[in-house]
Amino acid sequence: MVIQSDACNGCRDCISACPFGVIEVNPASGTAQKCTLCYDRMQGGMEPACSKACPTQSIQFGTISQLRERAQKRVERLHQAGEQRAYLYGADDKMLGGLNSFYLLVDKPEVYGLPPDPKMPTRNLASASWFSVLGAVLVGLVGLFNFRNRGARLREEGRQ
Amino acid sequence: MIEVPSSTFMSAAPDWGWYIALYFFFGGLAGGCYFLAALIDLVGHPDDRPLARLGYYIAFPCVVISALLLTLDLGQPLRFWHMLVESNTYRPMFKPWSPMSVGSWALLIFGFFSLLSFIGALVENNRLDWPAGRSIRRPGALSRLLAVIGGLFGFYVAGYTGVLLAVTNRPIWSDTPLLGLLFVVSAASISAALMILLARKTISTAPGLESLHRIDAWVVALELLVLIALMITLGPVFRAWLNVWGLLLLLVIIIGMLVPLALYFRRGWLGDRNTQTAAALVLLGGFILRVVIIFSAQSV
Repeated sequence: MVIQSDACNGCRDCISACPFGVIEVNPASGTAQKCTLCYDRMQGGMEPACSKACPTQSIQFGTISQLRERAQKRVERLHQAGEQRAYLYGADDKMLGGLNSFYLLVDKPEVYGLPPDPKMPTRNLASASWFSVLGAVLVGLVGLFNFRNRGARLREEGRQ
Repeated sequence: MIEVPSSTFMSAAPDWGWYIALYFFFGGLAGGCYFLAALIDLVGHPDDRPLARLGYYIAFPCVVISALLLTLDLGQPLRFWHMLVESNTYRPMFKPWSPMSVGSWALLIFGFFSLLSFIGALVENNRLDWPAGRSIRRPGALSRLLAVIGGLFGFYVAGYTGVLLAVTNRPIWSDTPLLGLLFVVSAASISAALMILLARKTISTAPGLESLHRIDAWVVALELLVLIALMITLGPVFRAWLNVWGLLLLLVIIIGMLVPLALYFRRGWLGDRNTQTAAALVLLGGFILRVVIIFSAQSV
């Protein structure tokens, strides 16, 4: 995902929507920003600077299928070596349909600042909307009951 | 050992501050006052028309203030129109799954309706000499249509902000589906309260004001129930309110809900000032409620 900084008006809705907390505000431009995977470097046929520079090869860059295969093998090797806690976070389709950045972890996700069960922000859209409609109906009925009663009562008095 | 009650605790705060807290307050007043005014127009007694006009007089300035607050809050205020129009193609921008996108359009349309009703109220009250403007006010099909559609958009503007908060990944906001419901009910309570405070009490408006006071008591009671239900739906996330924010919320419940309800049922307590005091407390409570909801979820 790339944020178009010339279109962004800095409302910051995306920051609260992101389950991973990776979007932030650029204080100079007032717009939202996040890692672009060095989009400009990739246009020039290069890999992102972080994976290129990483001295321990902790960060690896490649096609998703290649990375998944490599990561799965790494987990198997770690299991064989006795590190049974090793697992992949976000590599399969179960997490939000599969993340394009995934991690090999040996503890709970929250230890690494990752959400254990990330969800789409739109999950609440239907329920929250219907409850609001219920609120409007209830307030409408309260208002209608009170003003209509008064209107009817006064009309009645007018006729007498 | 790191334990989080919800994955929402790993998201980042958008730094929505006082502009947004004030917008939620003024937006609620705009939508609520318009709705109450429209209701009085549609089913109320002709004697209540000054109250309906008062609702329209409040709604439009509140919409203008709301739009200004929202614009000032943007990182790039001059790009406010990017909410409505795609900046590179100049095509309309509308995303039905985004409460912020739909809300921007709703605010624009509601602004138009509240301006028309504002003008209509001025014309009816002989403060603006514009004969064509009379058709906007009752009786007439146009005035009814305006009241119905404007009233519905008023409800939307009052409640969508709660849905917008629910459609995020922040703690509290997205851990309950009841914020929109709370904001709609609260918009009605603060709006009835403001109208009670600003209305000129005359023999003809007194019964209408009594109706408003009764409505306020009903919706404040409803608001209290919704707030309790909201706290229950938060489950383990409720612990995010076990701090100064929780104390403020308790203050809202006591001075913004329980005391006004008590004042409604015990009319003799403060004599002539009973109704006005109850209304002022409801208004104050409604503001603090929004402040707590905005800031507490971002201080986690």
